[in-house]
Amino acid sequence: MSAPITITVAKDAAARSVGADDVAGRIAEEAAARGIDVVLKRTGTRGLLYLEPLVEVVTDAGRIAFGPVSPDDVADLFDAGFPQTGDHPLCLGPTEEIPYLARQTRITFGRCGVIDPTDIAEYRATRGFRGLEAALAKSPAQVVEDVVASGLRGRGGAGFPTGIKWRTVAAADADQKYICCNADEGDSGTFADRILMEGDPLHLIEGMTIAGIAVGADTGYVYIRSEYPDAVATMREAIAACEAAHLLGDDILGSGKSFRLHVRVGAGAYICGEESAMLESLEGKRGVVRAKPPIPAIAGLFGKPTIVNNVLSFAAVPSILADGPEAYEAYGFGKSRGTMPFQLAGNIARGGLVEVAFGITLKDLVEDFGGGTRSGRPVRAVQVGGPLGAYIPADQMGLPKDYETFAEAGFMVGHGGIVVFDDTVDMAEQARFAFEFCEKESCGKCTPCRIGAVRGRETVEKILSGQEVAGNVALIEELCTLMTDASLCAMGGLTPMPVASALKHFPEDFDRVGAREAAE
Amino acid sequence: MSGSSDGRDRSKSEATSVLDIAERASDYATLCEAHGNRPDALIEILHAVQARFGYVPDDAAATLAHALNLSRAEVHGVITFYHDFHTAPVGRHVVRLCRAEACQAVGAHALVRHACASYEVEPGQTTADGSITLEEVFCLGNCALGPAAEIDGRLYGRMTADRLNRITADLRSTTSEAAE
Repeated sequence: MSAPITITVAKDAAARSVGADDVAGRIAEEAAARGIDVVLKRTGTRGLLYLEPLVEVVTDAGRIAFGPVSPDDVADLFDAGFPQTGDHPLCLGPTEEIPYLARQTRITFGRCGVIDPTDIAEYRATRGFRGLEAALAKSPAQVVEDVVASGLRGRGGAGFPTGIKWRTVAAADADQKYICCNADEGDSGTFADRILMEGDPLHLIEGMTIAGIAVGADTGYVYIRSEYPDAVATMREAIAACEAAHLLGDDILGSGKSFRLHVRVGAGAYICGEESAMLESLEGKRGVVRAKPPIPAIAGLFGKPTIVNNVLSFAAVPSILADGPEAYEAYGFGKSRGTMPFQLAGNIARGGLVEVAFGITLKDLVEDFGGGTRSGRPVRAVQVGGPLGAYIPADQMGLPKDYETFAEAGFMVGHGGIVVFDDTVDMAEQARFAFEFCEKESCGKCTPCRIGAVRGRETVEKILSGQEVAGNVALIEELCTLMTDASLCAMGGLTPMPVASALKHFPEDFDRVGAREAAE
Repeated sequence: MSGSSDGRDRSKSEATSVLDIAERASDYATLCEAHGNRPDALIEILHAVQARFGYVPDDAAATLAHALNLSRAEVHGVITFYHDFHTAPVGRHVVRLCRAEACQAVGAHALVRHACASYEVEPGQTTADGSITLEEVFCLGNCALGPAAEIDGRLYGRMTADRLNRITADLRSTTSEAAE
């Protein structure tokens, strides 16, 4: 009797949202009905979301991909000789050779879609825990200096050097320190944190444990937004598996060091992605932004020195320790080192996760990887860096993506989200929405944000209905300056980014004619 | 209907509701205890209360405040700050449609308008028959496969008006079967 054939189907939330569970179920049924011995393995997603549900067959020559497979395709696939042969129009050949994946540099996301997310043996077999082992063999100070030397910058959006933050916490003298992971990934157009937590949660745990050892913190929290129930469940399962294997808890890997990790679930508040609001929420309070200083590295969770890093920042750490900071630092462009997981979203033909070195242009990402719009119409605008990021016109997509080049041009890389709009978009409506979003999600602590957002929305609505357009556009510009200069955090401070960029690059959309004038 | 039977009915319903309140208060206290009566667990506890009752009843704040050594204002503040917590019962099914930018780029606004028209509600409201609560949400993390929707906790991608109609019809038919 021949060995069973392993078939993988993602159990990632995005894959399931387009039928991955049904496809997996149909494969199991068809295989049973035809007497074919298969093992169905559920993995995270490869991040090639436009191909989901993606089905892969494990062969001696690597994995062979089929996609996107609908439940109704399954019987047809088996009729064509699946899973033994790939003779079917849905066959994409070896997964690793699909150009979308082959052109990427998968450092952080290498295991996503490959392993069973919470299987410690499989994680170890794919170089898992090498970073932790390397960290335990060094002094804590050396670990911190490795992270500094790698040039890693915070992947949450602000781009602050991660190692410097770690140094501050390591140097702080306190009876208790904390490691907090910001997994409140609320930016529209971003899903990399979710894919990692669902597809390779052990990687995040390893990164956070290294952070704990480096700065002398024995407790960590992962703050996950409630909109990500699958990520919450997978992280909890992975933590339990690590506790059982003595990879979390006391005496990690026989080192005598302790680290405990807890999952906390948010409750629907975009502002809790702001680090100080997240800390308030972790303390069980309203997610109201704190005034800085003191910075969280000095007085963070429960007033103790705290590292707050994004999921992707922690996940970059194990390979920095395992392969050395030079290897990580070798990737990148200018002062932006390493790889960045970009996320192609919105009106895009091939949406998904693209992990590449900094320096790639937006045009490469949107056109070469993304294949242009899903609607087939011309790209008109691309919003980069979430709801607080600028709208970039199609003719400026040649800029290389790195923190400095983007900042010079008045844009921001943010968390790597790229939302594509075709030529049917109304940019004045997008400006209105930016204010509406700020109005709904402001924590209310500072006046420029709380009141500015409401007045901004009302004023754009006046422009939309053609009332005193020139005067109201000038008023919006003035309001944007005020919000930028006087808001307490990025919520109010960056809401002007989408608004001002829409006004600057798409002024024709604001040139509305009032009903009365139109009638004349 | 005679006055006496009316009075009897009323006293019976009052007795039931007093019992309900007492039972609920004991439930709240149990949930707080399960979290060690720690004030920093308030959000976790509110999630648990909502999972138990479907919403956070009015009388929860006082018990929670007492158990966690917080003021009622602090508890009330947290309940009302976060979008997740409902202070009134919701419909038998909850349809959440994403209205954030990535979904807007593929027609989310039109989908929300369609849902409002077909359910005859505004976002945040429940249909007249109590079957469906419609909510708007900013980002479900399914931005490459929008428009995204979450229906009774299940995530959907590439949602269309037709598909939403079919799912809604299914929801309503299973609800009415269950009621029969």
